[in-house]
Amino acid sequence: MSAEATAINMAARASIWLKPHRIVLILIALALVLCAAFFMRWDWLPQYWEMGLIGIWRALWILAVTCALGFALAVPLGLAQAGGPIWFSAPAKAFCTIIRGTPLLLQLWLLYYGLGSIFPQYPWIRESWLWPYLRQAWPYAVVALTFSFAGYEGEVMRGAFAGVPRGQLEAARAFGMSRWKIFRRIWLPQAFYRALPTLTGETVLQLKSTPLVATISVIDIFAVSSKVRQDTYLTYEPLLLLALIYMTITGILVFVFSRIEARIPVKIG
Amino acid sequence: MKRRTALASNPGAKLIDAFLPASAAGIMELLSPVAPGWGSTLLTGLLHSVEIAVGATCLGLMIGTAGAFGKLYGGPVTRDLLAVYTTVVRAVPELVLILLLYYAGTDLINQVLTAMGYSRVDISGLAAGIFVLGFVQGAYSTEVIRGAILAIPQGQIEAARAYGMSPGLMLRRITLPAMLPFAIPGLANLWLIATKDTALLAVVGFFELTLATRQAAGVTKAYLLFYLAAGALYLALTLFSNLIIGRVEAWSRRGMPSVKEAR
Repeated sequence: MSAEATAINMAARASIWLKPHRIVLILIALALVLCAAFFMRWDWLPQYWEMGLIGIWRALWILAVTCALGFALAVPLGLAQAGGPIWFSAPAKAFCTIIRGTPLLLQLWLLYYGLGSIFPQYPWIRESWLWPYLRQAWPYAVVALTFSFAGYEGEVMRGAFAGVPRGQLEAARAFGMSRWKIFRRIWLPQAFYRALPTLTGETVLQLKSTPLVATISVIDIFAVSSKVRQDTYLTYEPLLLLALIYMTITGILVFVFSRIEARIPVKIG
Repeated sequence: MKRRTALASNPGAKLIDAFLPASAAGIMELLSPVAPGWGSTLLTGLLHSVEIAVGATCLGLMIGTAGAFGKLYGGPVTRDLLAVYTTVVRAVPELVLILLLYYAGTDLINQVLTAMGYSRVDISGLAAGIFVLGFVQGAYSTEVIRGAILAIPQGQIEAARAYGMSPGLMLRRITLPAMLPFAIPGLANLWLIATKDTALLAVVGFFELTLATRQAAGVTKAYLLFYLAAGALYLALTLFSNLIIGRVEAWSRRGMPSVKEAR
């Protein structure tokens, strides 16, 4: 019975893809890919293969760290704006406005070139344990991307916190829960479920921001492709491969998030 | 202990040093619009940024409108091709797309020109920037406008058909005006994204605000000052846009019940 159902399901799915015009389009796409594979130069691939993998790993690592830290920062930002007193909500709102109102590239350069040029002037910074990190580029990249994610997601979390029905919170209070327990058991989970669909988009946007760190000399996959372009004088091949890599990562991210979303109960308060 | 007291005596001086290293003049003189100051450089950069953002948004709107109608009313092949376009553009980082389109676009035009027997031309940074960002914006605005058209109550379009309106007249009188209130929040967002995406053109060497800032900062070594000034300019642009957008949104919703009352 279930085998039959899956067979029908698969047939239905196949019939979507096997319409005549789709077959023609897929064949044209295949032909283009084969042309690219045979007529373009790919002989540099073995030499840069390992470097590319390290670059991908580094980009993913930056993505994961900044998304996690950024979300951790976005929760208090959203909370302060949704229900905090003015001396919490006003700075949080100003932070979100400034981050969302200026380009990420400028923020990155402001931190790296601007702050980076100030730090060495203070001897106590140069003698502190932080100095070995402050001399490298990646902390600035992580901070800039984290702030960016927090700024955008903080605004989303504000809406999510404000969108939780008052009745839920009143019921929790009627049960005698403490404020912290209300936040932990009721407010945060419900706000998180509301924010989850946007989280997919924000994470994809964050992935698309990661190549900017190459401009401050962090060697991610984008920097590797730039190096290939400089070394081999090829224009298109490295960029096309790079686009393909980013598309693959985006596809995987969207798939994973859709799986997570499917496990969350659809009906919310 | 001794060092700390020595430092504590002049932290303010150190901070001012950070803004104004070496023998540089005062902040006002560095930012002043006349020759020794870099204010005019920054303002020229801002002007170029705004020009590109306006051009890219207009091009994006044209592509987006055509794309949305293609996606909704086009044949199966058109729909599939547009789906590929929007998906690919939205999945690949803007920076990569800008590089790819910048080189591919200029190459393509020059090859066409040489094939037709003309000499190669240098494509101006402005035109290339508008084309590249407009292409990217087109993919996003296709989705925004498609969603807005779908949000129009079906009865309005059916009524227009029942009146015997031609497709062009229906577009002009019914579809476009009725879709505007749904599309404007999304399109306004795209405009804000466009103003910020112009910064990415600094990477391909187009002279806009971010690159102007980098040059000014590099020459004067007052990095923090110029980056903060550029940030303030971008922020002012965003806030000013928000003001205008609020007006436009209110205008496009005229005659509709407000959301507050509906609740």
